[in-house]
Amino acid sequence: MTTPGSSGRVAGEIATPTTPVPTVDLPTLDRDELLRYSRHLILPEVGVEGQRRLKAARVLLVGAGGLGSPLALYLAAAGVGTLGLIDHDVVDVTNLQRQVLHGTSDIGRSKLASAADRMREINPHVKLELHETRLTSANALEILRDYDLVADGTDNFPTRYLVNDACVLLGIPNVYGSIFRFEGQVSVFATADGPCYRCLFREPPPPGLVPSCAEGGVLGVLPGLIGTLQATEVVKLILGVGEPLVGRLLLVDSLGPSFRTLKLRRDPTCPACGTRELQELIDYEHFCGITTGGELIHSELTVPSITPLELADRLASGGELTLLDVREQHEWDIAHLEGARLIPLGSLAESLDSLDPDAELVVHCKSGGRSAKAVRQLREAGFTHVLNLDGGILRWSDDVDPSVPKY
Amino acid sequence: MMHTEAPGATIALTVNGEPRAIPEGSTLADLLGTLQLDPRLIVVEHNREILRDRDAYSTLELVPGDILELVHFVGGG
Repeated sequence: MTTPGSSGRVAGEIATPTTPVPTVDLPTLDRDELLRYSRHLILPEVGVEGQRRLKAARVLLVGAGGLGSPLALYLAAAGVGTLGLIDHDVVDVTNLQRQVLHGTSDIGRSKLASAADRMREINPHVKLELHETRLTSANALEILRDYDLVADGTDNFPTRYLVNDACVLLGIPNVYGSIFRFEGQVSVFATADGPCYRCLFREPPPPGLVPSCAEGGVLGVLPGLIGTLQATEVVKLILGVGEPLVGRLLLVDSLGPSFRTLKLRRDPTCPACGTRELQELIDYEHFCGITTGGELIHSELTVPSITPLELADRLASGGELTLLDVREQHEWDIAHLEGARLIPLGSLAESLDSLDPDAELVVHCKSGGRSAKAVRQLREAGFTHVLNLDGGILRWSDDVDPSVPKY
Repeated sequence: MMHTEAPGATIALTVNGEPRAIPEGSTLADLLGTLQLDPRLIVVEHNREILRDRDAYSTLELVPGDILELVHFVGGG
């Protein structure tokens, strides 16, 4: 079926400097699509031509979590013709506070199965390509090369560097978004003449020092804000309208609230997009100081430790141990270990005098990151019998005492 | 907020879009210390130039009118 010739083709009016989507041999829209997208079609900046471009576009969403949720929902609704999703996770109850792609009845299901159901319900015209796998250096080029655009909604640094480098190598724009607590960042990297992620963040931060959302928390609404900004950039790039966030980093603070943009330039010394000495994908886990098992390599955070089961044995056999909890009061109020003493990490330095330097200390937090820092701090202060509780209170709940609630 | 008291004691610069006064002679490392920022966890843009060498922060003396952007690593999604 062809589009009505009188429907206001506005190709001449659309400012189309660059669009990564082919602009010839565009697919046509059927009657249902013409009606469905009517609010787009009456925008001169979109029109039938623009909507056909959206239909022709192939966009890969990396991650079907917090940022992936609004990306998937809005890009499906907007009529992006082919949406790829890559994720290998299952829906967990703690996701639902922000990952609006999934519902309570989806707990335990694969995120992609859950996402696909929701997206097909929103728009059956969209073709979905589900990649139920982990994105790795071995599969990234093969998966990404079929797409016009990539939207990065991953939750870890190794994958962010991997997505960036693969996009640079393939020449695919990377619509970047990231979130933590109340703040987020958005940009468009790896376009033909703009900077890439490494032009800003050349090297990853030391392993374990930047808390994840699981450790530091994230406002549930925030991925909605940042992910919809990413979706907006995707649509703008496909249509070739407006000013894409190329060479600019949008910094969002939801508490201010403030939206600031920072100008970025391509760095001629950037190993990815500048000198191009990076000619193939590398081992990104290693690059970020993490083993493939998720453990930290050569990190200052590798400290002497004890597992929850070992600790339970020691306590059961009457071991003289001091349990030190270095989380915050509001976390203690959710769950804590019997007999533990609370000294939040931030006030540990001023509380050292109240601890017996000869006692055996077992330090714990939620999952083991903060307590590892505390162990290191205590050892530097001369405490010699200090152990970190591996996996923190979460693993204690899994392995020893399920009556301790997880959060 | 910091206030200028003795003339010449402080200099004015812009940090993340906001005006800020710091003691004259402060280095970038001093400022990050005051702000309690771990230099390994941020990228510093100094007068539109991204600084690549974190070891140089302690010798970079800030001067009036400097414009600094301190960008955190944010990895969540």
